[in-house]
Amino acid sequence: MISLSHFLVLGALLFSISVAGIFLNRKNVIILLMSIELMLLAVNMNFVAFSHYLGDTAGQVFVFFILTVAAAESAIGLAILVVMFRNRNTINVDDLDSLNG
Amino acid sequence: METFVFYVFSTILMVAAVAVITVRNAVQAALSLVLVFFTSAALWVLLEAEFLAVTLVVVYVGAVMVLFLFVVMMIDTNTAILREGFTKYLPIGLLVAVVMAAEMLMVVGSQSFGGHALPLPHPASYDNTAELGAVLYTTYVYPFEIASVILLVAIVAAISLTLRRRQGIKRQDPAQQVAVRREDRVRLVQVPTVRDIPLP
Repeated sequence: MISLSHFLVLGALLFSISVAGIFLNRKNVIILLMSIELMLLAVNMNFVAFSHYLGDTAGQVFVFFILTVAAAESAIGLAILVVMFRNRNTINVDDLDSLNG
Repeated sequence: METFVFYVFSTILMVAAVAVITVRNAVQAALSLVLVFFTSAALWVLLEAEFLAVTLVVVYVGAVMVLFLFVVMMIDTNTAILREGFTKYLPIGLLVAVVMAAEMLMVVGSQSFGGHALPLPHPASYDNTAELGAVLYTTYVYPFEIASVILLVAIVAAISLTLRRRQGIKRQDPAQQVAVRREDRVRLVQVPTVRDIPLP
């Protein structure tokens, strides 16, 4: 029988994979956005698992809101990416140093 | 049986997630991410969250990932330059990920965490969608409204960011078209009659 721990371990592994993805692909903005989506999915997995095993619907409502905000975030992020590519003709993070930070 | 299904889908999920962050081609990464979302939806069905599973497939696989693929295919990227530093950051990235995973596994996998509880069985008439809707439109109605405003802001922001006003192209101005008067377009001229045209 699968328990709550199974799903929490799955979420933890998924989150770690996406953290590694941010380290490995730190030049490519598109893969960075995909890694962020993976992170949010890992969090959602935890929310749904807790909601099921503790018998509380509030967890699923939170997943609903996270999905909404994540969709808005990726839409705006991709719009920024398109504008960036149009202006600078690159999506390399290292070329975006005009703020001299 | 349930355990078998869980392990099959978890394995697919892990493999696809690793593929997202390691494959060379961004299109392949996006397609792997589609597989990740689809497999998660299957796992959520296993957790009796049918509404969210269907929402994940419709919203993410149907809309967000198509947007990702659109952008990936529209932007031509030089993969060689974007992947330099992949091997350089591989040790530190793996180290951080493994340490993080180990720490979280020690917490959620321990006996004292209480993660071995089994869920209460639902009655046969349990409807996940109705349950969610009953809470969403009563207790969480204000957050729900705010979520809709966030989506509206996202629409306006995305369109205003990518809208481009180019010079030198012909376009219609509806306001100008509506505000036009008869005097601007029609000119009555008095043509003098010519009397003596020689007939051929």
